[in-house]
Amino acid sequence: MSVSEFFHMGGYALYVWSSYGLTTVVMIALYLFAKRDQQQIKQQIARRVARSGSET
Amino acid sequence: MFAWFFRLGSPKHVYRIAGRFLPWTGGLFLLLLISGLYYSFSAPPDYQQGESYRIIFVHVPAAWMSMFIYMVMALAGGVGLVWKMKMADMVASAAAPIGAAFTLLALVTGSFWGKPMWGTWWVWDARLTSELILLFLYLGFIALQAAIEDTRTAARAGAILALVGVINIPIIHYSVEWWYTLHQPATITKMDTPSIHISMLIPLLLMAGAFKVFFAHVLLIRTRTEILRREQKTGWVQELFKK
Repeated sequence: MSVSEFFHMGGYALYVWSSYGLTTVVMIALYLFAKRDQQQIKQQIARRVARSGSET
Repeated sequence: MFAWFFRLGSPKHVYRIAGRFLPWTGGLFLLLLISGLYYSFSAPPDYQQGESYRIIFVHVPAAWMSMFIYMVMALAGGVGLVWKMKMADMVASAAAPIGAAFTLLALVTGSFWGKPMWGTWWVWDARLTSELILLFLYLGFIALQAAIEDTRTAARAGAILALVGVINIPIIHYSVEWWYTLHQPATITKMDTPSIHISMLIPLLLMAGAFKVFFAHVLLIRTRTEILRREQKTGWVQELFKK
């Protein structure tokens, strides 16, 4: 299979590549959102711990 | 046995163990994904559907995940409900958005496959309709938990909704047999031998494995986040963040 044939997908390029593209986007988004949420809560706790540490 | 069960219920313990699993699930996912993608595109074209059938390698694993994650969520919710296990409640809420995302993927990639093969993006076929109901069950679970302020009440309400919705899972699975409409029947999960060639079965199973490990990976991250959120006032979490 040549490179152009590969991208052409026997005429179904739009459907095949949209499916794989969307799957990629959704999975990357799931991962990044999970990481971002964890980062946020970690920063929040770190700030609170630092504040209570300086008070005592 | 009970010591093990007890430790599984301890957020501090789960937080540490989950953190240790992450590099392994991440690595295994990449390995399965790369080999799965390679075989997905080196498999021969389908004799009826040509190259378009390659959508199966993302569509079917996504659809399997949509049901698998729902069962994980309902089971965790049920355990939380019966044994009042906080840890199980956290797993249930961590799983829900991942399940909703895979359900959406199954529906949309199905649409991208339906258009060239059936000539339509959508039909109110039993399989498609029951899968759409699954999406609404996930969204209902997420909305319900977000709407209730008290964590324990939210967990209980979510678990009951999730358990009632379990009825939809066998309906999705058997829909292609009970109402024989447009969606093609199962090729893998049937009693006799799968009616799919080995060159197509291998990438399908590799991709399904990749999706499952990906779910495990994101679930571990989200569960750890949930632990930190709910336990942030406790001594052990404070200790983690002291330098």
